[in-house]
Amino acid sequence: MNGIKISRDALLAIVLVCLIGLIYLRFPGFASPQSLVGVFNDTSILIILALGQTAVILTRCIDLSMASNLALVGMCTAMLNSALPAIPVPMLVVLAMILGAMLGGINGLLVWKLDIPPIVVTLGTLTIFRGIIFLISDGQWVNAHEMSPAFKALPRLTLLGIPVLSWMALFSIAFMYVLLTRTPMGRAFYAVGGNPNAAVYTGINVGKTRFNAFVLSGALSGVAGYLWVSRYAVAYVDIAAGFELDVVAACVIGGISIAGGMGSVAGAVLGALFLGVIKNALPVINISPFWQQAISGSAIIIAVVLNARSARRPGRIILKKAEQL
Amino acid sequence: MSRVNAIDKKAIPNRLRNPVSRVLRSWEFLLFTVGVLIFLLNTQASPYFLDPWNLSDATFNFTEKAMIAFAMALVIISGEIDLSVASIIALVSTCMGFAVQLGFDTPALVLIALAVGAACGAFNGLLVAGLGLPSIVVTIGTLSLFRGIAYIVLGDQAYSGYPESFAFFGQGYVWWVITFEIVLFAIIAILFYVLLHRTSFGRSTMAIGNNPTAALFSGIRVSRVKFILFVLTGIMSAVAAICLTSRLGSTRPSIAVGWELEIVTMVVLGGVNILGGSGTIPGVVIAAIVMGMVTFGLGLLNVPGIVMSIFIGLLLIGVIALPIVIQRTKQRVAR
Repeated sequence: MNGIKISRDALLAIVLVCLIGLIYLRFPGFASPQSLVGVFNDTSILIILALGQTAVILTRCIDLSMASNLALVGMCTAMLNSALPAIPVPMLVVLAMILGAMLGGINGLLVWKLDIPPIVVTLGTLTIFRGIIFLISDGQWVNAHEMSPAFKALPRLTLLGIPVLSWMALFSIAFMYVLLTRTPMGRAFYAVGGNPNAAVYTGINVGKTRFNAFVLSGALSGVAGYLWVSRYAVAYVDIAAGFELDVVAACVIGGISIAGGMGSVAGAVLGALFLGVIKNALPVINISPFWQQAISGSAIIIAVVLNARSARRPGRIILKKAEQL
Repeated sequence: MSRVNAIDKKAIPNRLRNPVSRVLRSWEFLLFTVGVLIFLLNTQASPYFLDPWNLSDATFNFTEKAMIAFAMALVIISGEIDLSVASIIALVSTCMGFAVQLGFDTPALVLIALAVGAACGAFNGLLVAGLGLPSIVVTIGTLSLFRGIAYIVLGDQAYSGYPESFAFFGQGYVWWVITFEIVLFAIIAILFYVLLHRTSFGRSTMAIGNNPTAALFSGIRVSRVKFILFVLTGIMSAVAAICLTSRLGSTRPSIAVGWELEIVTMVVLGGVNILGGSGTIPGVVIAAIVMGMVTFGLGLLNVPGIVMSIFIGLLLIGVIALPIVIQRTKQRVAR
C-alpha cells in the first residue's frame, strides 16, 4: 500500500515537472527560479486550504464551506482593521485563525453531535456564511485605502527572498506533515476515514476526530481569509466564490481518496501546485483565462479515474464479477 | 405479522397507526402546514401577494428548479448525487444559443437541448455507474467542465436573438394566469410520481438506495438503473434550460449559477433521505412550492437575494437536524 502511495506522489511530481518543461519550451522565462517562486506564492492560499481539506477528507467528510469561511473571516479582519487600525497585524492573524476555527467548529459540531451528513452541513453553512458577510458589511466593499499599510504589507514582506505569504504556506505544509505523520491525532484521521467501525473498537472517538478535522480546516481557512484580503487589498461579499471547488479539485488531483483514509500532504501540495501552474501558464502561452474552469474540471475527472484504477482492491472475485454487471 | 395476530390478538396491542393519523404525522403534512402558514404570513406581509398575476409570477421561482428536483430526488434516493445540474443548464443554453446563430428554429432548438442534456447526463452516468466512481467527485468535476465549456464558447459575451416562437416555453400562458411552465411542472410531477411510486423501476431505485449489494443480489441491474437516472437528470436539466433560456431571452455562461444547491435543498426539504433509500414525489412538490413562496414573500418585503440564501441554508440544516433532535429527546424521555 505504502509503495503505491509513494509512487503516486512521485508520478504527480513527474507530471508537474513535465508540464513546466512543456511551458518552458514555448516560453523559457516561465521556468526561471524567480517566476517559479511567483507561481508558488500565487498558489500559497490554495495550498493552505487544500491542506485543511485533506484533513477533513481523510476522515471521510468534505468541507464545502471553506471559501465562504475564508470570505467571512477576511471581511471581519478587514472591517476590524479599518475600524481599529491600532490592533497589531499579528494579533489580527491570530484572531482570524480563531474565528475561522470557530466557524469550522460549527460544521464539526453539527457533524459530530447531530450526525448530519457533512456535505449537507457544509452546503448549508456555505450559503449561510456568505449571507452573513452581506449582513455585516451591508454589501459594502472594504477598499485598499481603508486598510492600514501594515495590514497590506505583511504578505508581501520578503524573508530570505521569499514573501511571507509563501512562508505561511511552507509553515502550514510542515505543520500538517508533522500532524498527519507524527501525532496520534493524525493517525486518528487516517483510522477514522479508513474504517470508522474499526476506529471505534481501537478507542478512537470518531465524531470528535471529525470535529477536530473541521476545526483544523476552519482555522486554516481563517488564516487564508486574512492572507486573501490583505494580498488583494479588497474585501467584498463575493471574494473567493466557488473557490471551494478548486480546493476539492487540488485534493482529488493530489490523490486524496474521497472515500477517506488515503492521501498525503505531498499529494495535496502537488495537486494545488498543478492547478496553480496551469492557472499561471494560461496567459503566458496565450490561452484565454476562460479555459481554466474546463481544464480544472477535466483534471478532476481524469484524476479520479486514475485514482480509482490504482486503488482497486484485490479480493472477492465473485463479488467483483457481480459488481461489473 | 398477521399470523402473530391470529394466534393471540389480545396479547399484542395494535401499534399500527390508523390511516388518518399516519397522514397527520407524515413529513409531507408537516411541510404542507408550514406552507399554509407561510402563505398566510405572506398575505399579511404584503397587500400585493394575493393578486392572481403576482401569484402566477411567483411560480417562476420554483417551476424550473423543481423539474430538475424530481430527477434529483430519484438520484439521491438511489444513493448518489448530481451537483452538475446547473452547469448542464449553462451548457445546454449555450448550445441552443449557438444553434440560433446557425439559423436553427424552435423545434430543432428543443431537440438539440434534449440531446445535449442527455449526453451530459450519460457522461456523468458512465463515470459513476460504468466506472464505479464516487458521484460527488465526478459531478464536482463535470460541474467545472460543463460550465467551463460554456465559458470557452461565450467568454464575456452573451447569446440572444431567440426566435419568437421559442419565447412561449418561458413566457407563454396556457389559459388566463396559468403559465405553460406551471402546466409542464404539473405534468412532470405526475410522470415522476408514477415512475417512482407505481413502477418496478421506482422500486428498484428505492432498493438500490437502501442496500446496493442486496439489490444487486436480488437481480436488480444496479449500474443500469443508476445510468438511466443520471441521463434522466440530464434531460430534465435540459427541459429546465429551455424554459429558463426562453424566459430570460438570452444566454450567459453564468446562467443558473448555484442552482445545484437550491435543488438539493428542495429535495432534502421534501423529505428525501440524503443517504438514499427513501423519499416521495409529493414531498418534493410541496417543498418546491414552500421554497418558492418563501423567496417570493421575502422578495415582496425587499429582502435581498443573498439574505434569502441564509434562510435557505438554515432551512436545509434545520430540516435535517429537527427530526434527529426530536428523536434524541424522545429516546432520552423514554429512558
